[in-house]
Amino acid sequence: MKGLSHNLRRLACMLLLTLSTAALGQTRDFDYRLSPQQVADGVYVLIGKTEDFSLDNGGDIVNTGFIIGREGVIVIDTGSSKRYGEQMRAAIARLTPLPIVLVINTHHHPDHFLGNQAFAVDTLAALADTRRAIEAEGAGFLDNMYRLNGDWMRDTEVAIPRRTLTAGPLEAGGRKLELVALGGHTVADLAVLDTPTGTLFAADLVFNKRAPTTPHAEIKRWLQSLDQLQALRFNRLVPGHGEVTTGTDAIEQTRQYLQWLDQTLRDGAEQGLDMTEMLALTVPDKFAGLAEVRTEFRRSVTHLYPAAEQAALQRGR
Amino acid sequence: MRIIRTLANAATLLLFALPLQAAPQPDSDPLASPRWVDMQRMFFRDAEVVFDDRVRVSAPTTAEDALNVPVAIDLGSLQGVEEVLVFADFNPIVKALSYEPGQARANLAFRLKLQQSSPVRAAARTADGRWHVGGTWVNTTGGGCTLPSTGTGSPEWQQRLNEVSARRWPRIDGGTRLRLQIIHPMDTGLAAGIPVFHIDTLDIDTADGRRLMRILPSEPVSENPLFTLDIPPDVLGQGAIRVAGRDNNGNPIRAEIAP
Repeated sequence: MKGLSHNLRRLACMLLLTLSTAALGQTRDFDYRLSPQQVADGVYVLIGKTEDFSLDNGGDIVNTGFIIGREGVIVIDTGSSKRYGEQMRAAIARLTPLPIVLVINTHHHPDHFLGNQAFAVDTLAALADTRRAIEAEGAGFLDNMYRLNGDWMRDTEVAIPRRTLTAGPLEAGGRKLELVALGGHTVADLAVLDTPTGTLFAADLVFNKRAPTTPHAEIKRWLQSLDQLQALRFNRLVPGHGEVTTGTDAIEQTRQYLQWLDQTLRDGAEQGLDMTEMLALTVPDKFAGLAEVRTEFRRSVTHLYPAAEQAALQRGR
Repeated sequence: MRIIRTLANAATLLLFALPLQAAPQPDSDPLASPRWVDMQRMFFRDAEVVFDDRVRVSAPTTAEDALNVPVAIDLGSLQGVEEVLVFADFNPIVKALSYEPGQARANLAFRLKLQQSSPVRAAARTADGRWHVGGTWVNTTGGGCTLPSTGTGSPEWQQRLNEVSARRWPRIDGGTRLRLQIIHPMDTGLAAGIPVFHIDTLDIDTADGRRLMRILPSEPVSENPLFTLDIPPDVLGQGAIRVAGRDNNGNPIRAEIAP
């Protein structure tokens, strides 16, 4: 019953969108125009826009990547929709005839796993907590993504990864990887280091010139994870959002923003500010260059201020 | 002739002047909500209603969390307010709460659940019986009212039901800010199988029995409600603030908040 009404609602949504698109005389070809950039030997990334989800970008706001090993291909995150997954798969096939042997979801946010359907189900893999979180929250994300991205989402369903990954070295497709199990952006965030080239896929633990998102964040743990990433030896870093970088600048930028955010929330609660007063605060110029920073700050207040308020009220006892 | 022309001019002037003089009509709702006429019928009947810029409702244009939409009511320079109603035109339970400011300022901030995008309005009744209305649209993906509270699924609230956390802050103007949070699921009764269960009365008084504010929450107030109010200088002195209230099942709420 629930599934039926879900589908009906989605159908109604799509119909409305189709009609309104038709009314505006727009046509879309639903082609993300993915162009893999080679950043190291056998290592490719697909850089998404540093925007929020929209009917225009169809959810192409995330970085994904793949590594072509000696015997097979490793995919790191699958994008926001079935169409994205399919187009990513086609882009890989244009570069190599090798089979895709492992598809990693770095964490349970929808822009990182909703392309899973395009890949063989027994190749889908994630940390145990990520698998559980996709199972628990995937359907809710999906509804929201249809609303935000419209027909780009057509036929997208949640495909839960079957394989469980654990921290440590892993060989796949004849390629040596190091899996670094961290957390703080979500309950579980997996960074992947391609050992031969020193390319670090840092997942959404690192944002580059784009404000971090925090719907499931635990900032203290996130900051610890950034310290661990910084201690790794890598030649280049692929952030979850924003351009690839060779240094630790994006880690530092993410750290400074999160520290400021955390301090601002704690200070506000300690001064007795109401949430509406917090929402009206201005973001310092220092962070003005981060894409979407005003929007993300307001979201973060909604997500994280209640815990800061509770702590401040407890201290008042 | 001249007299006639003058009369005609006067009539023309009167014609143009009249609409400016007239009290705002229901169709002049600044938020252009198709529900406004119903709202007026439901809450104000024959009383005089004016849209008043002094009644300010602060809320996000787009609510990130439909279960917790922050709302602050600021009545600015409006004097002599006896009662304030807060409601959302398109919520399945329209009224969110009402409050009667005593010696506290007539402002109040809290969070509410929104089922869909809606105007959120405050209506302040002044001593002359007139209602002053202000508000703002809040967009949301919705679902706020028909979802079960997280509390209903957790054993924790049963042990902590009606527990009050509160704190007072000195303000720059010499007054006091009070924030208080009460553990309560605030169930709307609209989620399947979960009966309506909400705090319905909250009296906030000085230690010597003067009323600071009475708050009468309805179902749309968010789970574990948190209220922010401001008290002018020289009202509290060194005494405690007393909180007394109950929910619709008669469970009492009691707390004393020392300076």
